[in-house]
Amino acid sequence: MSNVLSLTTFLPILGVLLLLFIPKDSKGVLRNVTLGVTIVTFLVSLIILTGFQSNAEFQFTENVPWIAAGPFIMRYNIGIDGISLWLVILTTFIMPIAVLSTYTAVEEKVKEYMICLLLLETGMLGAFISLDLFLFYIFWEVMLIPMYFMIGIWGGKNKLYAAVKFFIYTMVGSLLMLVALIFLYFKGMEAGITDFGLLNFFSLKLDMATQIWLFLAFAFAFAIKVPMFPLHTWLPDAHTEAPTAGSVILAAVLLKMGTYGYVRFAIPLFPDAAQKFAPLIATLAVIGIIYAALVAMVQEDVKKLVAYSSVAHLGFVMLGIFAFNTEGITGGMLQMINHGVSTGALFLIVGFIYERRHTRLITDFGGLSKQMPVFATIFMIVTFSSVGLPGTNGFVGEFLILLGAFESQLRWWTIVATSGVILSAVYMLWVFQRVMFGELDNPKNQKLSDLNVREVVIMVPLVVLIFFIGLYPKPFIDKMEPAINKLVAQVHVSSVNAQVIPDAEMPAGHPGMEQMPVGHPGMDQLPAGHPAVDVPSTPHAEPVVNPHEAK
Amino acid sequence: MDMILIPVVNMTPILPEIFLSVLAMALLLINVFVPGKQKSYLAYISFIGIVAAAVLVGAGWGSHVESFGGSVVLDNFATFFKMTFLVGAGLTVLIADKYMEREECNHGELYSLILFAVVGMMLMASGTDLMTIFLGLEVMSVTLYVLAGFNRANKKSNEAGLKYFLLGAFSTGFMLYGMALIYGATGTTRLYKIAEVVGQMTLPSTNIMLVAGMLLMMTGFAFKIAAAPFHMWTPDVYEGAPTPMTAFMSAGPKAAGFAALLRLFLVALPALQVEWSQVLWVLAVLTMTVGNITALRQDNIKRVLAYSSIAHAGYALVGFAAGNGTGTAGILFYMLSYSFMNIGAFAIIILVAKKGESNGNVSDFAGLGFKRPVLALAMTIFLFSLAGVPPAAGFIGKFYLFSGAIQKGYIWLAVIGVLNSAASVYYYLRIMVFMYFKESTEDFEWVHVTPPVALALIIAVAGTLIPGIVPSVILEYAQMAVKLL
Repeated sequence: MSNVLSLTTFLPILGVLLLLFIPKDSKGVLRNVTLGVTIVTFLVSLIILTGFQSNAEFQFTENVPWIAAGPFIMRYNIGIDGISLWLVILTTFIMPIAVLSTYTAVEEKVKEYMICLLLLETGMLGAFISLDLFLFYIFWEVMLIPMYFMIGIWGGKNKLYAAVKFFIYTMVGSLLMLVALIFLYFKGMEAGITDFGLLNFFSLKLDMATQIWLFLAFAFAFAIKVPMFPLHTWLPDAHTEAPTAGSVILAAVLLKMGTYGYVRFAIPLFPDAAQKFAPLIATLAVIGIIYAALVAMVQEDVKKLVAYSSVAHLGFVMLGIFAFNTEGITGGMLQMINHGVSTGALFLIVGFIYERRHTRLITDFGGLSKQMPVFATIFMIVTFSSVGLPGTNGFVGEFLILLGAFESQLRWWTIVATSGVILSAVYMLWVFQRVMFGELDNPKNQKLSDLNVREVVIMVPLVVLIFFIGLYPKPFIDKMEPAINKLVAQVHVSSVNAQVIPDAEMPAGHPGMEQMPVGHPGMDQLPAGHPAVDVPSTPHAEPVVNPHEAK
Repeated sequence: MDMILIPVVNMTPILPEIFLSVLAMALLLINVFVPGKQKSYLAYISFIGIVAAAVLVGAGWGSHVESFGGSVVLDNFATFFKMTFLVGAGLTVLIADKYMEREECNHGELYSLILFAVVGMMLMASGTDLMTIFLGLEVMSVTLYVLAGFNRANKKSNEAGLKYFLLGAFSTGFMLYGMALIYGATGTTRLYKIAEVVGQMTLPSTNIMLVAGMLLMMTGFAFKIAAAPFHMWTPDVYEGAPTPMTAFMSAGPKAAGFAALLRLFLVALPALQVEWSQVLWVLAVLTMTVGNITALRQDNIKRVLAYSSIAHAGYALVGFAAGNGTGTAGILFYMLSYSFMNIGAFAIIILVAKKGESNGNVSDFAGLGFKRPVLALAMTIFLFSLAGVPPAAGFIGKFYLFSGAIQKGYIWLAVIGVLNSAASVYYYLRIMVFMYFKESTEDFEWVHVTPPVALALIIAVAGTLIPGIVPSVILEYAQMAVKLL
């Protein structure tokens, strides 16, 4: 099973080949085959999950020559560590759900839709597993194409604008990243690096000015994808116009490309510049949190509201990542998964009511809980998760992020960001109240049917995950922690060695933070008495408290 | 009385040229003596001839033979470009027949003219003397003037032919003047000798005659490759010329222009690299930007591709300005891939258009995506490749062109290049928006794919996708080709 990672990534492509032989009128067969392919992909990805060792190394690696021409050598170099593992699993997990959600939502051009979904899955998985910068770039770009068509063909009224905006926004960012990538390669060549392998470049020592330019180019590309304020404007358009499955994938996985890009590339490649820009990025993240929450509050369209809530949530993720400590990044990574689960679920919920009523305006609803009790329960759970109520996954992630950020140089930013938690509760609970409670006075709403079996089946895995991560996040954190510790060490060691940033250091009074051991043999065991011992153990302690609070 | 001494001339370097010339003349005769209006067989004969010529050209790979007293050379550089021209010509004859029949200008001379143009381009690529290069250029240009105005009954085609001829003749004057000045400055027309003489000058960049000659030649070539600000003829000529000829002109002659220009500057004038690379820097920025910005507002699809072809010349100039192995190999790779993707796109345009070149607006593609999914998919592949989206050859080409600039230290040039590339995405996407996102008003039943066109499309798709996924198949050759320059 040495090729299991490749198998997972390219199974959807095999599915596409299969779909090509199915006549386009047999919609049922097309849907079921696609569902089957995504489920098989998920099952295969479970082999990766069970076989994954909790250490900081890249696993399931494959490395074969691909292109060797001129100054460049590109390799098919893939592998996963604790950081990419969960994003791969999240992708394979969310895909069957997305496919299932299209069974009644998409009636036209089913074949093309399914092909787009499967191509998208390969693109996303490929980007998460690439350890070759060039290979990553290819997957990163390839992903755009199916998403562009999904928004443009099956989207809402304003689909053309949204699709083209989505494509060009992302393209501008990624092309600048391409220039930086090529420049980095030539810098590497001077230092004896011979291929685009990501790990080679971690040891490359770049001077501060170079780092700053390269970091800016990478950060810009990723910031568009995240999206960070003020580059977020494509997202509400894309989300609103995209079909349900498109929104789910966009929220659950595609946006994670941006944050993942920071964690995997921008920060470890240019650690000094990353530290220098941490205050700026944290500022933008916090503005994003507050601004998006305020904008979400006044939205009339439920889907737009959820889209803006995405911007706010990802602001938290960014804040956690740029805390540069274990809790912050762990929280950020966990929140990436949480956001995938809960925002994905929210988009599905919006899809359910849109299919029934063909409107998403909040004022068209009210009192639905009487008519749709099952729906109400699920919606409530998801709302709590999105708000970050203790006992749900959202709490664990946000708590770790705020904890980590508070202990880092970003203390003041954290204090402001915390108000975002309250704001998110305001707009989420308010929309829930306006849609679900009150008088069931609209006659059209009085005939609504509750969720059917298929819809419940779609939501159950998400609800289970919401509670599972909320109550027992240990298995998730255990697997990602070694890789995160390694990342934290990379960032801090570099800043100590380079000695180029006199002022942007950790705040005084936290000596334990800077002493993250480099290549310490027992990173994940953390001997007692070690100054940092209570730091990583916080997440483990959390779940013990949560259940009681939830009650 | 002395005998006239005829030197023993090694004909091998120009064997493909001789073969194609003979074939072209034979076609003219066949055309006259075989009665009937049906001319498809001429297309088939030319295609087979082109394949045979490609075999001849391919056999010369790896050899280095000089002939005609050092005015013609057979080397990998020439071979690579000759292959590119043959690809362009082969695809063109495959798609020309159907169009010419529909537009009722199915005259058999067309194929002979295409072959003569290829001979001219080949001479440009292997010429190592200013005179041979000029000779090749004129053979190519004169046939192209005729080809642009080939549809006699169509006013626009006439206009295209005349416009191309007048401006082309003008630019030829510049070029010839430049060559004369170079001869005046160095006393020779052989490229290698020019390099020697210039190399011995103490400060060649202060030699006004030399620099002026260089600039004038550059102007002439800039016209041929449609670089801004010498691009004004392109949109009108591309729009007016019969569509297959537009396809042909956008690929082959442009590549030939680059071939001659590369050899000229890299072989004869390396001592002036600092100077010409600065000029090319500016030219590249202008060309990319003008091409892309004007393309944004075009409705006629031939004009869109005309402006886009200006932009593509700009991308190639980025690699040229870099002037290093990466950039120049990028040009070779790009010219070949561009032939595949651009002629492929024109093939689709020919299929969708109706008699009299109507139905040629971007909006006329509305709904093609679901009425004719295979054609639309092919068009999508060409367009994404033109836009430089992986995994298509266009992306790899741009990657190497911009890499060359970055390696040389021209970071800003690369940044301007990628921003241009991002802007270009808009007008390529716009065609796809119509193909896939708009409801169709037409049924596209008139779109009939004949076997030759189908073959052309298959070749074009393969030539666009395969080098995109495994670029080494072509890049290695491109790099070998520029190595010994």
